[in-house]
Amino acid sequence: MNVIQDKTQQKERMIELMSKFISIVSYKLPDDVENKLKELSEEEDNRLAKIIYKTMFENQKLASELKRPSCQDTGVLQFFVKCGQHFPLIGQLDNILRESTFKSTKETPLRHNSVETFDEYNTGKNIGNGTPSIFWEIEEDSDKVEIYTYMAGGGCTLPGVATVLMPGEGYEGVVKFVLDRMTSYGLNACPPLLVGVGVGTSVETAALNSKLALMRPVGSVNENENAAKMEKLLEDGINAIGLGPQGLKGSKSVMGVNVVNTARHPSTIGVAVNTGCWSHRRGKITFDSNLNYEISTHKGVTL
Amino acid sequence: MSKKVLTTPIKDEDLKDIKIGDIIYLTGTLVTCRDVAHRRLIEEKIPLPVDLKGKAIFHAGPIVRDLGNEKYEIVSIGPTTSMRMEKFEKEFIEETGVKLVVGKGGMGKNTEEGCKKHKALHLVFPAGNAVYAATKVEEIKEVHWKDLGMPESLWVCEVKEFGPLIVSIDAEGNNIFEENKVEFNKKKEEQYKLISEQVRFIK
Repeated sequence: MNVIQDKTQQKERMIELMSKFISIVSYKLPDDVENKLKELSEEEDNRLAKIIYKTMFENQKLASELKRPSCQDTGVLQFFVKCGQHFPLIGQLDNILRESTFKSTKETPLRHNSVETFDEYNTGKNIGNGTPSIFWEIEEDSDKVEIYTYMAGGGCTLPGVATVLMPGEGYEGVVKFVLDRMTSYGLNACPPLLVGVGVGTSVETAALNSKLALMRPVGSVNENENAAKMEKLLEDGINAIGLGPQGLKGSKSVMGVNVVNTARHPSTIGVAVNTGCWSHRRGKITFDSNLNYEISTHKGVTL
Repeated sequence: MSKKVLTTPIKDEDLKDIKIGDIIYLTGTLVTCRDVAHRRLIEEKIPLPVDLKGKAIFHAGPIVRDLGNEKYEIVSIGPTTSMRMEKFEKEFIEETGVKLVVGKGGMGKNTEEGCKKHKALHLVFPAGNAVYAATKVEEIKEVHWKDLGMPESLWVCEVKEFGPLIVSIDAEGNNIFEENKVEFNKKKEEQYKLISEQVRFIK
């Protein structure tokens, strides 16, 4: 009986902490993104671009002071979970994340972004069938859980695209696929973008990789030498296009390009692109088995 | 350079000297109006419950706090991708007499034509700056079509010096994004050639 009660209390505690964390992610950008935006703004000499950057920094300051979502589109919440096999709330975690989203939606408040498909009504709760989206990974011999929280707004979700190339098209085909998306959809997705490129065997593996790429810090490098080379080439190449903030021209286009790759079938190259807007609201929190937490993306922030 | 402020109701001649790339500010009535509201008016032929003549619409879905007794407060408000409304906008401008269409990113040929023929502008509010924008909204005067949910309802806002608004399509039908795109695509082709030679990992 005691154990059950403990679990209920633990669950309540985790919902309390997670809902606060979601709220923080809505009004404060992670350190890597903040630093990169500062760096990009300092290199900018385009008239409109400079005004836009100035507005962005004023907005982030206001959002942080007033504790209000810095962008009105707080997205459909996505969680990328790496859960230790011994984490005590492993079985409750899906429900915890769902309830945390609902609680944070009421308390922050966040926008109601769950529309039930085919029945076509907004649930008014920001949760629905399959939302928030939760992606799982299990870690052996661990009692911790790492959770990436991500607010995927409509604007930067729209450029998302995946396909399967023939090996004859090579990585040249991957480059073309990514670049084409930047000048069509990318410029409307609130640049400077963080571009996630997924390479794998099929559409769904590539798509998941491309989103995982957006969880990686700005400025991080793929450990594969060739993939790292392509990250750098794409970053420099997209920057040379000069989309600028809001796609209204500027000296740069992106905060970075992150590639995440897995093996492929000999006959296919799955490739996907996902974009993160300048307001890349991602946060990482790690809980131990006693629900002590650590936030690695937002230095100095406590719940 | 002094701050250029347009006040509703806006007349054709107010837009005469405004060109793409200019920055203006808006004082007066700004109504949020996006996907389903456009679809209702143009395709479902349901009349809009707000008169938009001489006024401004905002492609936006805000976060609103319900204060009770039909009183509301804007928490965060910012533009959504305007291109989604492209298929409706020309007719929308024609039917409503709206003068300013505020949103994010570019719009296409239809909207260019609508702006030119009926003297209107498409403007970009730098997206993602939703708290900054909210501080320029003085009050929510009315709300309509609440059945569409918080983001899609028509929130009738009274704004003061709302901006910066960057002119993306002017009343002559010039389009800054279309002009930029030509240059972007040219540079993209150059970059593709440069990069593709260096990623021939399959040998």
